[in-house]
Amino acid sequence: MARITLDHLAHAYKPNPQAPQDYALKEINHVWSQGGAYALLGPSGCGKTTLLNIISGLVRPTRGRILFDDRDVTDLPTEARNIAQVFQFPVVYDTMTVRENLAFPLKNRHVPRDKTAQRVEEIARLLDLTSVLNRKASNLTADMKQKISLGRGLVRPDVAAILFDEPLTVIDPHLKWQLRSTLKEIHRALDITMIYVTHDQTEALTFADKVVVMHDGAVVQTGTPDELFERPAHTFVGHFIGSPGMNILPCRVEGATAYLGNESVALQRGYRSLPGTDRIELGIRPEFVRLQPKGTGLPVRIRRIDDIGRARIARVEMNGRVLAASVPENLSVSGDEAGLHLDPHHIHIYADGHLVAGEALGGHAT
Amino acid sequence: MTLVLEGVSKKVGASVHIDDVSMTLERGSLNVLLGATLAGKTSLMRLMAGLDAPSGGRILVDGRDVTGWPVQRRSVAMVYQQFINYPSLSVYENIASPLRVAGLPASEIETRVQDAARLLKLEPYLDRKPLNLSGGQQQRTAIARALVKRADLVLLDEPLANLDYKLREELREELPRVFAASGAIFVYATTEPSEALLLGGNTATLFEGRVTQFGTTPQVYRKPQDLVTARVFSDPPLNTLTIRKSGGSATLSTGGQVLATDVLATVPDGDYTVGFRAHHLSLVSSGGDEITIPASVSVAEITGSESYVHLDAGEHRFVSLVPGVQRLEPGLSITAYLDPRHLFLFDPTGRLAAASTAQKAA
Amino acid sequence: MTKTLNNKAWLLVLPVFLIVAFSAVLPLMTVVNYSVQDTFGNNQFFWNGVGWFQELLDPSTDLGGRFFDSLWRTLLFSAIILLIEVPLGIAVALSMPREGWTVALSLVLMALPLLIPWNVVGTIWQVFARSDIGLLGWVVNHLGIDYNYTGDPLDAWITIIVMDVWHWTSLVALLCYAGLKSIPDAYYQAARIDGASRWAVFRTIQLPKMRRVLLIAVLLRFMDSFMIYTEPFVLTGGGPGNATTFLSIDLVKLALGQFDLGKAAAMSLVYNLIILAICWVFYTIMTNVDAQKERAEA
Repeated sequence: MARITLDHLAHAYKPNPQAPQDYALKEINHVWSQGGAYALLGPSGCGKTTLLNIISGLVRPTRGRILFDDRDVTDLPTEARNIAQVFQFPVVYDTMTVRENLAFPLKNRHVPRDKTAQRVEEIARLLDLTSVLNRKASNLTADMKQKISLGRGLVRPDVAAILFDEPLTVIDPHLKWQLRSTLKEIHRALDITMIYVTHDQTEALTFADKVVVMHDGAVVQTGTPDELFERPAHTFVGHFIGSPGMNILPCRVEGATAYLGNESVALQRGYRSLPGTDRIELGIRPEFVRLQPKGTGLPVRIRRIDDIGRARIARVEMNGRVLAASVPENLSVSGDEAGLHLDPHHIHIYADGHLVAGEALGGHAT
Repeated sequence: MTLVLEGVSKKVGASVHIDDVSMTLERGSLNVLLGATLAGKTSLMRLMAGLDAPSGGRILVDGRDVTGWPVQRRSVAMVYQQFINYPSLSVYENIASPLRVAGLPASEIETRVQDAARLLKLEPYLDRKPLNLSGGQQQRTAIARALVKRADLVLLDEPLANLDYKLREELREELPRVFAASGAIFVYATTEPSEALLLGGNTATLFEGRVTQFGTTPQVYRKPQDLVTARVFSDPPLNTLTIRKSGGSATLSTGGQVLATDVLATVPDGDYTVGFRAHHLSLVSSGGDEITIPASVSVAEITGSESYVHLDAGEHRFVSLVPGVQRLEPGLSITAYLDPRHLFLFDPTGRLAAASTAQKAA
Repeated sequence: MTKTLNNKAWLLVLPVFLIVAFSAVLPLMTVVNYSVQDTFGNNQFFWNGVGWFQELLDPSTDLGGRFFDSLWRTLLFSAIILLIEVPLGIAVALSMPREGWTVALSLVLMALPLLIPWNVVGTIWQVFARSDIGLLGWVVNHLGIDYNYTGDPLDAWITIIVMDVWHWTSLVALLCYAGLKSIPDAYYQAARIDGASRWAVFRTIQLPKMRRVLLIAVLLRFMDSFMIYTEPFVLTGGGPGNATTFLSIDLVKLALGQFDLGKAAAMSLVYNLIILAICWVFYTIMTNVDAQKERAEA
């Protein structure tokens, strides 16, 4: 059990890094508290795997320290760090049974045999592996193998944190659901710090209490799933989280009004002191953009409507910009012209990609 | 061209990989093969391509029997899950390679490659080597190469599985447009129901080597013929419970009785499996004649705008998709409300006995 | 879809068929022909039926005794070779570097003995081990050990074995190295996390993952050592006495030294059958391993 502190951590794969772009991982300061469920979310090459490897001890950071509780582990090798890891592709010892697989880490640490047996039974029950304990691990399905990988981490009573490196990549969709809820249940039952690395926002948001969104080697926002969804601190977060991502539209803002081409949109907050930049954008999630009958709201042209089963999503064009909007269940669309309603409570203004807080309005605004 | 499979099967040793599949694929259509790993998607594609010969049945192209013809004699292009390109050739030469093999004149190659590059947004990268590109661009190159051939049949075997989520989303949005621009038959294998829905076209659901249903994608999704199809085409997993109908009421396996109204009124007495999707199981009552299910919260997963609440009800495990952020403590007792307008009823053999009217119309 | 059934393909493989026919099938037919006949020279042959085979497989006859002596000698040699080269090859593969510029260097060094023609290997060791002018022989003798491979059967055996180990261990090592390289890093990382010792890593990860290439290595080394001819022929000529007269050498002595064509033909056919039988056993084991693996993955 441990709190993990990243202290001025940075890493470059090339020697003598100078410019910021030399760093695969730009300076990061962060504290992960004991027992939390965290996710590192970002596209390929954003530095999340580098960070994971630093935590597990496979990569020594160029700068900074990493602490488990108050112990500096920067120079400790993997095996001395009390961490467990579940990899993208299941790792099981092919020649051993499930029971032997689970007992392996304890056997290596010379734990007495009766204690090992008891612990293995316990963990097997927790992971629903009891019925296959005596089978060869190599003959099981991918999701079972991932559970075994996880189990080998859990049997160790001293484990400080479990790292997950895109563990659901090779799992079929319907089994992902089971495995994901198993993970959550385990987390609740065992009070172990868990860090989950993925490029899949659904996995990150559903797993973690706190999600760290990374882009280009740096952390762009850390927050709870609803914070990331409702108040993305950066347009990248808006785009990356949500499916489809946030609509980002270039605009001009004067006080509490945003101008999108010729159309104006009333805002809930005032923006008198915007930074002096040319790149002012309005961001709103498709969930808060509603398609309406023609003649109401902002005029748009419908390009396409996707039926995703439980909802319909329209792609519409406004002033040459394409955006996504939700289509209410009872709205029947005819022709390719329609109106658009933007929920003013969920409009955000970004300057150079960063969220601008704005000021609360004194008067009445709608 | 039209590709017709007539009772096609494939056995390897004692195991049946493909079991009596019949389907007709029309020119210019997009056909999704949806099924779990090892359901037979790849085996079926290999039969269609002529990489394998079927153990039984016939394959017809435009009415002509081509069963047993090797792949070289057919007009087929394939895209795989792995990004397969020639590492030493530029993107341009990669796309041009099938045309060079076919010995087309340089001017024709130039036009076709440029067209494909424009369609797949590869124009800025034509001079680069594939390995210097992102995964998304590498897969675009492979797709472009499959397209320039102008093959009659283009097979894509989980082409987006190795891509990042966002890149997947982007390509998934573009692909229907790319496909529409060509006149070929497209066959697209995926494990993800959401991908099938986004791609549209037709969907064939596969389970243990059988095609359980084949039709337009919304039709298969909204009116599955049997329980297996409904399960295959459902993400989150289909919720099921069993009922025993007798007279004017029905007993639920989750406990309690309901009046046999709506769809329940349309079927004869007997045992049924009720299937319903996560977004039709609500945690707030909307009034009306809902079926109430007492349950306890197992796990609540928050995606930002919505929450997936996993519920334990007796021996059943249900998933409910509800709007907004629901921070529900595990173990909390709760009542779930099932909208009777959105039910599938399956008889004991798994065939669809009846579906709610709203289900058909929606 | 154009219907162009390509008959040209047959023309392309025709030369191969012809070469195989001339190089394998025709000589084989000749050998079968000789094995059932006897000759007193002058190109006059008599039908002898299975006589040679009966004599060959009966250890109490001259021919049979000689055949079985050579056969046991060859089998013993193959067994010793496998017992030394396989573990040694694995050990070498394990200690080879896995990244950096040393990889290329060690690969080249390993490949060197494999590139030397077999008769040259024999010649090198013939000179190297001589007690008068050979470095090895001279040093060993000056250390006070009485060593003379031309006179002492044991010394001759040791010399041939050391020569074969020097020549062929790198093949086993390179095969194992390829097997080791195919193990994903995640396995090693997982083992480190699980606190596995070096020996446990070898037993639980490396050895199971190398099983396939090891089978191939064992098969190759068995076949090669069972059919060994050139090196011992150059080094010892089968001596001293008949101490290193392996089956292949004996066969040549019989056929070309004594011109007993019938006996030699029968012997070579039996020799051939033994090799085929052993290959078949290996093949069955290997396909079983594959089938098991496939079932495991399904």
